[in-house]
Amino acid sequence: MTPTHLPGPLLAVNADAGAVAARPLDAAEIRADFPILGRAVRGGRPLVYLDSGATSHKPRQVLDAERDFYTIHNSAAHRGAHLLGEEATDAYEAARARVAAFIGAPSNEIVFTKSATEALNLVAYAMSNAATAGPQAARFRVGPGDEILVTELEHHANLVPWQQLCERSGATLRWFGVTPDGRVDLSDAGTLITDRTRLVAVTHQSNVTGAVPPVAEIAAMAHARGALVVADGAQSVPHRPVDVTTLGADFLAFSSHKMLGPSGIGVLWGRRELLEAMPPFITGGSMIEVVRMEGSTFLPPPERFEAGVPAAAQATGLAAACDYLDALGMENVAAHEEELTAHALKSLGAIEGVRILGPLTTEDRGGAVSFTIDGVHPHDVGQLLDELGIAVRADHHCAWPLHRALGVQASARATFYVYNTHDEVEALAEGVRQTQRFFASA
Amino acid sequence: MEVESLYQEIILDHYRHPHNKGLREPYDAEVHHVNPLCGDEVTLRVAVKDAGGEPAVADVSYDSLGCSISQASASVMTEAVIGKSVREAMDISAAFLELMQSRGAAEPDEDLLGDAVAFEGVSKYPARVKCALLGWMAWKDAVSQALDGLATQAVSGPANREQT
Repeated sequence: MTPTHLPGPLLAVNADAGAVAARPLDAAEIRADFPILGRAVRGGRPLVYLDSGATSHKPRQVLDAERDFYTIHNSAAHRGAHLLGEEATDAYEAARARVAAFIGAPSNEIVFTKSATEALNLVAYAMSNAATAGPQAARFRVGPGDEILVTELEHHANLVPWQQLCERSGATLRWFGVTPDGRVDLSDAGTLITDRTRLVAVTHQSNVTGAVPPVAEIAAMAHARGALVVADGAQSVPHRPVDVTTLGADFLAFSSHKMLGPSGIGVLWGRRELLEAMPPFITGGSMIEVVRMEGSTFLPPPERFEAGVPAAAQATGLAAACDYLDALGMENVAAHEEELTAHALKSLGAIEGVRILGPLTTEDRGGAVSFTIDGVHPHDVGQLLDELGIAVRADHHCAWPLHRALGVQASARATFYVYNTHDEVEALAEGVRQTQRFFASA
Repeated sequence: MEVESLYQEIILDHYRHPHNKGLREPYDAEVHHVNPLCGDEVTLRVAVKDAGGEPAVADVSYDSLGCSISQASASVMTEAVIGKSVREAMDISAAFLELMQSRGAAEPDEDLLGDAVAFEGVSKYPARVKCALLGWMAWKDAVSQALDGLATQAVSGPANREQT
């Protein structure tokens, strides 16, 4: 059975969205679906939430879907000799199919994890575990002389697991540098991607500069050398159409909570033949075939990678988030964010003393606008904006090497989503000017 | 603005004109502390001396990168502890920590804390407490190391302080 939540009026109105031409989103109508956007923050001011890159808010359709699961079907999926167990299993597997459809994948290529971070770690640890797994896992083995290639733009979640894999296995970590405008510097791709390269891990959209690297192009070069390719889709899947049949990569990681869904669940998409050959990462209940005291055998994917009682309520909420986004149309979502990003680049870029980290146009660029203000530390920028009700992130955004490469200690970052408006972009620009005045006169 | 309780004039003044900034010699211990969230960092040196049979803080100097709160706090800390006995300085440090953890509900002892009472507003912003504590925690670490060094010297003879 499918989740029992009912689509709201917006979904009914836009049920045929997602077609060819981008249509403007009605942000006011969308905002009505997000209860939290109605609350007041410091000083009774309205909330201007520009931190969806860290986590998005949830529409009532998602909240209702999760509540319905707990209210009506709650049980442990894939266990239990009872009706509720069947319903929970159906809801969980229906959610898998829904998420698969969202990115153009077959259902059995979707592995639910607890987060995008865990999804990336799953691949890294499966590669470690390949050392002692059978011959079918040979293509995942890495050791001395092998190289893992990443980029200097990566979020720590797509960097540290690969550093650690190299430490465990004796492989060498190499990386693409960053250009002054915050893109992946591919000028030395010819020398970096070699027959020693076993895996290339690259962001599908930078969470700091918004840069969108040519993942398909990088993947083609990597595949020509027999390397695997992992894309970090945490900032792409929520914001624009992503189709794994044209992605180029072999694996794609993303998280629910950044795409209007609940926290506590993430996704690893992987090519079927690779998932089939890959050894497990986390082991335990649900993922075994036969267990004897002497040893165990494992289920095929995706179950092989989903030990423990599944997060069925969260999966149900994520499926509702996919419904919500598809009803808006991901092309329309992308177009809306592109407009807001262009507006922000123009408004912030026009303020003297503001430096934008990342490309100054929306070409191959998503909606993360990170910036610094001369003479004011980003943490102080964030504090002053918060005083005005404007929520931004202000630190290194889990991308410390990227900040170092761009010659800054930290930055403030505004990120946009379906519910953000042009008025909010203006509020940000005005907040930045007020911040400058506060620290200039203080 | 409410935020003015955070950015007291005295804090902004220390931020613009930090005291005791710039690493100095001699010193007995040097530490490097980082706030892993935002990357703020401080390198801090402490020199200790004997003051009538009791260890005292002879000097504190530092170099740092960070926000107004962390910079001002380090500056105020040096003013509060230099010249005090280690015992007195530890009391001040403990009082400052207590103030920071008070969520705005403390009644700080101005005689003990001096300019550091200006940070009372910071305690209402939990995300900024780590900024305010960065320099103080570095000082506490460094002074402990310096005292350990003194204890070792007492057994094995004086070391060359310039090379510490």
